Amino acid sequence: MEHILSILIFFPALAATIGFVVHKDSIRAYAITVTAIEFVLSLVLWYSFDGNNPGMQFTEFLPLIASYGISYSVGVDGISLFLVIMTTLMTMISFIGLTEKRDLKHLMITVLYLEMTMIAVFLVLDAVVFYTFWELSLVPMFYIVGAWGGKLRIYSTIKFFLYTFTGSLIMLVGMLYLGYVYFQTTGTWSFNLQDWYMLQLPFDMQLWLFAAFFFGFAIKVPMFPFHTWLPYAHGQAPTIGSVILAAVLLKMGTYGFIRFSLPLFPDASVYFTYPMATLALIAIVYTAMVAYAQEDMKQVIAYSSVSHMGVIILGTFALNVEGIGGSIFLMLSHGIVSGALFMLVGVIYDRRHTKMIKDFGGLALVMPKYATIFGIMLMASVGLPLTIGFVGEFLSLLGFFKVSPILTIIAGLTIIFGAVYMLVMYKKSFFGPCNNPENKNLEDVKGRELVALIPLVGLVVLLGVYPKMILGPIDKSVTNLIEVMHTKAVSPTTKARILELNSIGEVKK
Amino acid sequence: MIPAIEVDFASLNIQTLAPMLVAIVGALAILCIDLANKSLDKSLYIILTVLFLLVDLGMVFGYNGAVRGFFDIMMVDGISVLAQVTVLVLSVAFVLLAFSKQKLQEYRYPEYFALYLFAVAGFQFMVSSDSLIMIFVGLETSSMAIYTMVAMHNRMKTIEAAIKYFTMGALATGFFAFGAMIFYAITGTVELGKVSEILVASEFNNYGLVLLGVTFMIGALGFKLSLVPFHSWVPDVYEGSTAAFAGFLAIVPKIAAFVVVLRFFEIFISADDLYVQNALYIIAAVTMTMGNLMALSQTDIKRMLAFSSISHAGFVLAAILIGTTQATIGIFLYWTLFAIANLGAFGMLWLNRNKDASISGYEQNTVESYAGLVKKSPMTAAIFAMFLLSLAGVPPFSVFWGKFYLIGAAVNADYIYLALIMALNSGIAAYYYIKPIVFMFFKDPIEIEGQAQNSAVLTNSTTMLKSVIGIFVILTVASIFLVEPLIEFASYYVQISGY
Repeated sequence: MEHILSILIFFPALAATIGFVVHKDSIRAYAITVTAIEFVLSLVLWYSFDGNNPGMQFTEFLPLIASYGISYSVGVDGISLFLVIMTTLMTMISFIGLTEKRDLKHLMITVLYLEMTMIAVFLVLDAVVFYTFWELSLVPMFYIVGAWGGKLRIYSTIKFFLYTFTGSLIMLVGMLYLGYVYFQTTGTWSFNLQDWYMLQLPFDMQLWLFAAFFFGFAIKVPMFPFHTWLPYAHGQAPTIGSVILAAVLLKMGTYGFIRFSLPLFPDASVYFTYPMATLALIAIVYTAMVAYAQEDMKQVIAYSSVSHMGVIILGTFALNVEGIGGSIFLMLSHGIVSGALFMLVGVIYDRRHTKMIKDFGGLALVMPKYATIFGIMLMASVGLPLTIGFVGEFLSLLGFFKVSPILTIIAGLTIIFGAVYMLVMYKKSFFGPCNNPENKNLEDVKGRELVALIPLVGLVVLLGVYPKMILGPIDKSVTNLIEVMHTKAVSPTTKARILELNSIGEVKK
Repeated sequence: MIPAIEVDFASLNIQTLAPMLVAIVGALAILCIDLANKSLDKSLYIILTVLFLLVDLGMVFGYNGAVRGFFDIMMVDGISVLAQVTVLVLSVAFVLLAFSKQKLQEYRYPEYFALYLFAVAGFQFMVSSDSLIMIFVGLETSSMAIYTMVAMHNRMKTIEAAIKYFTMGALATGFFAFGAMIFYAITGTVELGKVSEILVASEFNNYGLVLLGVTFMIGALGFKLSLVPFHSWVPDVYEGSTAAFAGFLAIVPKIAAFVVVLRFFEIFISADDLYVQNALYIIAAVTMTMGNLMALSQTDIKRMLAFSSISHAGFVLAAILIGTTQATIGIFLYWTLFAIANLGAFGMLWLNRNKDASISGYEQNTVESYAGLVKKSPMTAAIFAMFLLSLAGVPPFSVFWGKFYLIGAAVNADYIYLALIMALNSGIAAYYYIKPIVFMFFKDPIEIEGQAQNSAVLTNSTTMLKSVIGIFVILTVASIFLVEPLIEFASYYVQISGY
């Protein structure tokens, strides 16, 4: 059990490398087996995870560039644990539901490499190694979108690559600077996150570093002015690419905010609460409206992702246990729900080779099972109570209510806007008469697609009704995070503010 | 009557010359062998070159005498050893690329390999002296050899390349002579160490003249390092020579030139001379940026790599400007890691050399000719893509660690804006490095007149070439494990020479 995290990280890569030997007709079974083993491994990790310990567990340490303080250092806590499980789950599910025919072997091996980088990003505790995997994850995605994508695939994939690559480079300068500050303060080099957590930074420096990290994370999330790559990448990516992009890659950005920005720059985080919230609000409201105007089902879901990521950012910058815990939960639920929605669009695309809403209508008559599953996922996306989407959204907004009731009410519009564009899309494509003769004989979801989708439906309901099994460990680690922020803050106003924000439900003395 | 000068032979410390002498003797030996028997195969000469270079390398490593030698003209300090080792190791790697399948004009002449050794000896002289005259001699030895080697490739474009390289080179030589003359006029010595002492002692009086000398020096060394605006020869010369030799030109001569720049500008950087520092700052920033911007619009991969090597030279100049020990170590780290990836990229072009295209004169390394390569030879495409990603600075491949270390050095010396310029330039560079990848992986082969453009894949490959490339693939992928030993190795030599 000591090396379980390393096994989790490198098992998919090893399997992918060996996978070149497997014949291309049998690669699907191979890839599903590998991801299933990986998923089971992540469940084993959850089982052996001590939910009462808020700190890092299963840590490993191996110096790589000792003279410059760079080491391979991994660990898992309540924040990263479920993101890892979600990653392994969604990779497995997307393999099961995969219907792609072209160059299947290349695709599956690429996705396995991608899985390695995604899991590593969530588990690595050394800033430089984190950055390495963060950047490396672009390469498989670049290939997936570019090689299996739609008409504009090359434009979209280059845009995706350059956008995220450039943003991260600015973050790299920030990381190097932080490492240097650590060296100046302590006399030893270290890029280890847990060492950095002990560092108190002056306020001005925090502002600059926050901005540098912001570029890396905000482009990935994506936050409002930097979101333009996402609709292209999503719109052009093959189904499996969209699923993984929406479910996992976007979460890397918000995870970065929680893992790096908040605990390292507490004063700056408090200082930037309103600007960040404003950007998040613009994203929520503006992209919801844009989503309403889309004619392509996939674009609707892509823009709804941007909108939901806004809520996650809002929850994160509520800077209290409810908000951050809620935003982490929302990351998980958005991963499952948007992943499922993209797969559902993939199902209909395979049958009709179009994603345009106007080509459909009355699908519920021909494909009742499909319509039901789509309906459930849609409700979860909108945030209907007792579905998984509600819990995270509610907690995020509850957390931010403490910061600013007015902004929270505006953000609450997301639930209404979300309902509008989602339900309108649903109405146009599923209800009404089935006029288009091409739609009359469509086959309902079957076999492999059902196997992939049913577990997700189950999770949506299960976690919507009983979220506590996940919220428990998250809560512990987030409380710990808030404590780190509180001790590290340099200005007394920040300390007071953090305490004040974290007083939901406490009896006033 | 002039008194007789008595020089004790031991005081000459002739061992300082031993490594270069090995290379020169080797070159002469190759010429003699050719005189005796005209019909020998190139493989003999390649292996002889490798052997002499290895003996040379052994001499460099084995040297542990005094730093100074030969009337204080030679100076074998840590930087010199480090640079010689780098030059020699990379020269061995590049000469192995001559094991090509296609028969090339220049490889039929043993003189080619003799000149190769002369050039290497010239680089060694350049880095092992702080006397401007000795540096000049080394510079000329190597340049003359290289002009000739460029011209030996018998293609139309080669003549243009050789003449352009020669004329521009001659101009740079003139600049160097002028610069050296001005410094001699001001200080009465040509040894950089003493120049520095006298300038500092006199507090840089005659400042205008000093700046004039610096300007000439920037012109001369800027030409060798292909810094903007002295870069215009680079793409044409690279295009005119074979991929293997273009790779050599992009890497090895610049190591020697960097050392000279390091020794020369150290005078002004350690004296905090604002004018010179600002000039270097601007040249570094402009070189990085312009090199990248010009590379963006190239459709020929070799020209693209040429412009990108300009940009990489700008990175290293930035490190010289920073001037800390970490930055100096960073120069060697960066350049070694860059050499690994760059040799790989040029090596891939070399493997796929299209002979017919080269004779009939149409562009042979266009990105279009690599379209759809993944369908024909997935392994070739994947390896080429990996080298390009490495050059773009995608972790964990080699160049990333160099960039990382240099940007780190910039940050640590409080050059935050320089660090940002470096970071953003890596972003620009990513675009043109992924362009060939897009063609190789995402586009279908382009057909002209019913014939696929890249009908020939691996046309120039032999087992030897493949093994060389294979080694560099491993080095690129596993470079994270190379970084620590390289830093330790470089920092030992940099620190004993006090930079």
